Amino acid sequence: MTNSIREVPQSEGFLVIGSNTTENHPVIGSMIKNEVQNKKKKLVVVDPRRIELAKFADYYFPIRPGTNIAILNGFMHVIIKEGLYDKTFVETRTEGFDELKKTLEKYTPQYVAEICGLDNPDDIAVAARFMASVKPLALYYSMGITQFVSGVNGVKSTANLQMLLGNMGVAGGGVNPLRGQNNVQGACDMGALPASYPAYQPVASEDNKKKFEGLWGVTDLSTKPGFTLVEMMNAAHAGEIKAMYIMGENPVMSDPNQKHVMEALDNLELLVVQDIFLTETAQYAHVVLPACAFLEKEGTVTNTERRVQPMHRVLEPAPLVRDDWWITMQIANRMGAKWEYEEAKDIFAEIRKATPSYAGITYSRIEKELIQWPCPTMEHPGTQLLHRDTFSRGKGLFTAIEYTPPFEETDREYPLVLTTGRILPQFHTGTMSRNSKVLEETAPEGFVEVNPVDASDLDISDGELVSVSTRRGSIRIKAKVVERSKPNIVFIPFHFYESCANRLTVDCLDPACKIPEYKVCACKVEKIVV
Amino acid sequence: MDTIIITIDGKQVTGKRGQTILEVANANDIDIPHLCYHPRLSKTGACRLCLVRIDGKMLKTSCTEFALDGMSVVTEDEPLKNIRKWLLGLLLLEGDHNCLYCDADGDCELQTYVKMYNVERPDEDFPRNPREVDYVTSNAIKRNENRCIVCGRCIRACKEVQVQNVWGFTERGSQTHLIADDDKRIGESSCVKCGACVQLCPTGALTFQPVLGTGLNWDLKKESSICIYCGVGCKIDFYTNKEGLLVKAMGNDDGPNKGHLCIKGRFGFDFVQKPNRLKAPLMKKDGQFVEASWDEALDFVADKLKAIKKQDGPDAIAALSSAKCTNEENYLMQKFMRGVIGTNNVDHCARL
Repeated sequence: MTNSIREVPQSEGFLVIGSNTTENHPVIGSMIKNEVQNKKKKLVVVDPRRIELAKFADYYFPIRPGTNIAILNGFMHVIIKEGLYDKTFVETRTEGFDELKKTLEKYTPQYVAEICGLDNPDDIAVAARFMASVKPLALYYSMGITQFVSGVNGVKSTANLQMLLGNMGVAGGGVNPLRGQNNVQGACDMGALPASYPAYQPVASEDNKKKFEGLWGVTDLSTKPGFTLVEMMNAAHAGEIKAMYIMGENPVMSDPNQKHVMEALDNLELLVVQDIFLTETAQYAHVVLPACAFLEKEGTVTNTERRVQPMHRVLEPAPLVRDDWWITMQIANRMGAKWEYEEAKDIFAEIRKATPSYAGITYSRIEKELIQWPCPTMEHPGTQLLHRDTFSRGKGLFTAIEYTPPFEETDREYPLVLTTGRILPQFHTGTMSRNSKVLEETAPEGFVEVNPVDASDLDISDGELVSVSTRRGSIRIKAKVVERSKPNIVFIPFHFYESCANRLTVDCLDPACKIPEYKVCACKVEKIVV
Repeated sequence: MDTIIITIDGKQVTGKRGQTILEVANANDIDIPHLCYHPRLSKTGACRLCLVRIDGKMLKTSCTEFALDGMSVVTEDEPLKNIRKWLLGLLLLEGDHNCLYCDADGDCELQTYVKMYNVERPDEDFPRNPREVDYVTSNAIKRNENRCIVCGRCIRACKEVQVQNVWGFTERGSQTHLIADDDKRIGESSCVKCGACVQLCPTGALTFQPVLGTGLNWDLKKESSICIYCGVGCKIDFYTNKEGLLVKAMGNDDGPNKGHLCIKGRFGFDFVQKPNRLKAPLMKKDGQFVEASWDEALDFVADKLKAIKKQDGPDAIAALSSAKCTNEENYLMQKFMRGVIGTNNVDHCARL
């Protein structure tokens, strides 16, 4: 997030696009609902499904999955055409405006409504004017923007809109991606990414290579960026990757095209899985190492607003269960390293040296203070709000972006659009939530959400077991007939191994960041005839 | 100026314009008894327990009365004390406040004041209305309205914190009671089990269903940590009992969540103490997992990785780090892959 969670009350309005906030980030969802319901703030929601926030919205756009860029371009078209943008901000703090303007010319409400499948083009103009009149307006998004082959462009489009409206660098504004896991921000910050060292320092740089060789006392660090997750699976499938070490992840459930993942893991000479349960992925392992769960750990995590927070040991682990870092260190030392970390704190001391944005953060500071990175020195209070006076690159760059359709279009054989996501009582691959009594009892099984129109066409009724297929595979799952998505769009949560959504999803990737397109693929739903 | 000076019990204190007397008192570590007030909720002045005497004359509820510059406040004198005792006595008379079988025993604001003012249940008859007791329809929340003092904190929690608007009052006068949606049982209502109403209930009217352990409130140990689920990073106080079992999770006010939690943050932690957790290293032999010692498992992994690195080069090895692990663990994993194995093949599920 460019801004902070505690700024929610400072926003005068919200644009929530591609985020089912009340189910996936419920506490922030509630904060937004409180502002809208009890303080009369304004809300625009863009989402293919009629999510809970849509009920609170002043304007709601049920767009076709994968058409975010079109509608954002449509909003901007109106804002520019009617001269409603923040001219001072655009002039003093941005560049690339003319090119953006040129590209946006054709994105008239009419044109956009057609792409997005909206009945009333005028609403786009009305909502655009409305957003331009509310200041500061905060934009919130999540995987409903990113999980497309055009994911990176979707993100850039959100930035375009907020720069155009002058909502960057102000409290209560900003572009606010909501991160889906408790330490996904920290894992990225720490360089658990194939192309960067901690703090996003590129591996393809001789300077950084030298810096980290010096810090770690090693030679020959590779400057060649590595494989991303889905690429690793492809390489394993092709026999190029021989060994995988998986810590606390469950790709059999979480990665697209499950069958392909299983074949890839089967192909490995060595698979080491370090986890808390014998997960679906661990079944494929040669060695399974039992790790501490979060309540048995000390350490730090970084949330979606870049706030570094301490975790404390609440419970004692079982006698033979070990900290993840301890296990990694044991393997490293058996391979010639001489690491001597006694506790998590020792590692954090080294993180401060490797990660300039964390240099001023210490265990004792975060016990007392609220610190968000960048925090370069011990005296620095941390950074609540990014891009206040200037962007990291100087001027904010508008990127002219054309709408591009999703990878897999529907056709006669696969006529429906399948979109996937999470539901409130469950989480990700279910390893934790499905082993929690109240959560599992609340939502014990998967379902495919089908619009009553489609249900009637397909002759299926609520609760009936149906078959859902794509070019990758087929599952059996209960139908939930509700008016949540529009006809021709179905939704399946991906938590349930019995009806695994990722058996169906497509493993095509965004060319830049390699995110898979979980949110759109073509499918068919069939009645099971006994 | 925004700063005001008022006198509370003869002591000069400062506050900000727009604060109520109770807020100024709280900020200056002066206690005024209250039940319906909670700093995270709007103010209603319903319970009347926070009455104070202003400028030697008027009695006002300090939770709703704005502090004005130069005001002189007395938080308790003999008449005020008698009013408080009388109010507490009425609350005891109206409900069934038997701490012996109440989950809130030892963690009950009503109990605290009853003890503080040494109040007994008055020996009078009081027309009791039948009230809802429902321990069965929800697997998350127990409801016993015989312990309800009609303070309305649950209603405001649901309306202002979770914004689900499940709870409401219905009927009038002594008949007033809680209602979920349009008079549904709690398990059949639109409740999303965030537990905000339970956390903010000052008595045992709303309590959590036990999931793992139970225990006497004064025996529980408390330690804070950060929720393992989504990226909001809610700070949670975890309570464990004498046997070391998790008993409950409460939102911590200092976290980004400002005390609030969702169903996962509230109820999603018993997995940590489930018997099917991995307990020892496992190695696959003839297609079956068998338990191994740490040395055996680690030696095997290291030897095998060394052999593959030697034969196929470092780029034939890849690792998935974890968005569920700490910064320290993620840092070490990438350092291991880069510095020890010699490849940049390290990623995690940031994109999933």
